[in-house]
Amino acid sequence: MYEKDGEKYYIFDSHLHFWDASPDNWVKGAEEYAKGWIECFHAYQGLGPADTHWSLEHFQKYSVEDFEKDVFGAGVDKAVLQSTYLKEWYTNGFNDIDQNASLLDRFGDRLILNGRWDPREGTAGLEQLEKDHAQYGLKGCKLYTAEWYKGSRGWKLTDPEAIPFLDKCAELGIKNMHVHKGPTIWPLDKDAFDVSDVDHVATDYNGKLNFIVEHVGLPRIEDFCFMATQEPNVYAGLSVVVGGLMHARPQFFNKVMGELLFWVGEDKMTFGSDYAIWEPKWQIEGLLNWEMPDDLAYSDYPRLDANGKRKILGLNAAKLYDVEVPQEFRIPEEAADPAAAVGVEG
Amino acid sequence: MSLKSRVIAALGTVYDPELDEPITTLGFVGSCVVTAEGDVSVRLRLPTPQCAPNFAYLMAADARSAVRRLPEVRGVTVVLEDHYTGAEINAAIGRGEEFASAFPGETAGDLDALRELFQRKALLARQARVCQRLLDDGATPETVVARRVADLPDTPDAVRVAALRAALGLPHDGDAPALIAGDGAGLTAADLPMWLRRAKLVSLSLEANGGMCRDLLRVRYGNTDEEEVAS
Repeated sequence: MYEKDGEKYYIFDSHLHFWDASPDNWVKGAEEYAKGWIECFHAYQGLGPADTHWSLEHFQKYSVEDFEKDVFGAGVDKAVLQSTYLKEWYTNGFNDIDQNASLLDRFGDRLILNGRWDPREGTAGLEQLEKDHAQYGLKGCKLYTAEWYKGSRGWKLTDPEAIPFLDKCAELGIKNMHVHKGPTIWPLDKDAFDVSDVDHVATDYNGKLNFIVEHVGLPRIEDFCFMATQEPNVYAGLSVVVGGLMHARPQFFNKVMGELLFWVGEDKMTFGSDYAIWEPKWQIEGLLNWEMPDDLAYSDYPRLDANGKRKILGLNAAKLYDVEVPQEFRIPEEAADPAAAVGVEG
Repeated sequence: MSLKSRVIAALGTVYDPELDEPITTLGFVGSCVVTAEGDVSVRLRLPTPQCAPNFAYLMAADARSAVRRLPEVRGVTVVLEDHYTGAEINAAIGRGEEFASAFPGETAGDLDALRELFQRKALLARQARVCQRLLDDGATPETVVARRVADLPDTPDAVRVAALRAALGLPHDGDAPALIAGDGAGLTAADLPMWLRRAKLVSLSLEANGGMCRDLLRVRYGNTDEEEVAS
């Protein structure tokens, strides 16, 4: 919970991690990749304010206490743990569902656990998804399309093998697909960051599944915007936009936010810190304090008011995850109209 | 002009196909060594170990071709440093082979379509900047769409627009419209506002990506000023 100028904000962080990338967890023979991956993430942290930088050792593995302090201590009310496996590089996974679930005992009232699936795992993967759902009651999954798997360096949502997984999610009510594009895919001569596969499945599963495109499709924000503006069930996940640009490149941040507000709109943008790449605190405070500059260069862009910030920082994602937001944090008009109240928890 | 200077200049003609900027100004040339005998050794470094293999290959292959074109050069080695697929890419580049040979079974064709896709994005982005500059200087949509290539000022964006149009086989002589759609046809004044809105987003995307790449490269390798490239 945050308060600014007498207004209260419910904070829903829709994208964070509890990972173990310490050398003990590196797969023998794949150390180069495990080390490179976490060092790359660590470099991303370097785009945030200097006083929020961690040592590499701390960044490789942080404790439950660190998590509690950095996330809930920073005022996050509800957060979604995104499971990311990368088991070709990390023996127990980078942060697999069981590792993430270890936090539920302590913070089950404030954490939502997302699963994951990979179409290349076929029937076994489908069965595992059902098991994970039976155990954890999933509402969403993280899909990392650039994961390496038995000689394959990636997949697309339009691969025929993905259809049974999408159908299964729709059937089980696992309705929020957090899509994260990465630099590799099959075939390698195509643009791995292309989002046209998301466009296809968003159309096919409209009314059944939501697609939250993490990092707003960066580095293909233009393709993402042109697509999201046409698809009612496609959302802009702001992880990396805030963490990677707000501090390091504030003018680009202004413009990227302006474009997202124009093409996608404040009803379909969701805050995600991408913790532990970046701590939530400075990102939330930065967003709360952010105003579109009153300058000719930004005159084409919509403005974001306190209600818009409420939606982006919490209400939009709460709606996606059926989390009931206490009255005091809702938008006044909405709170006054019982018919517009957000869905029930469950 | 020393051979070293000409090698650096040749590398300056190699563009990151995704960002539409020379690899030299991006700081991607980590080192360049030229011997008295005319042997050249270039080391490329990218912002992350996972930068997309297809673009990484194109930059390394283009760098090798650009340097080999210099008549005084006897041999060229281009090595991509610290990259997840560096071993595969370096071996293919060293043999002068295509991308597909670096990744057997992992490709469906060649990289021509990928390169063209990004040349088209680059063209749109550059045209957005050319157009915005004309409007800022007082032109109206009607006068902007009436401009010809020959009317354009000699700015880096306009020069690059001409090069991209030529590379894409789109009209680029002096009489051709200054701004064109993807099919080479001129724009109408009525089309211009929405065309510009989209084109400016593409421009912002390329610029923001370039900014993030520079920031990540700096975090990874420390200072990456252009002067350091030549050392």
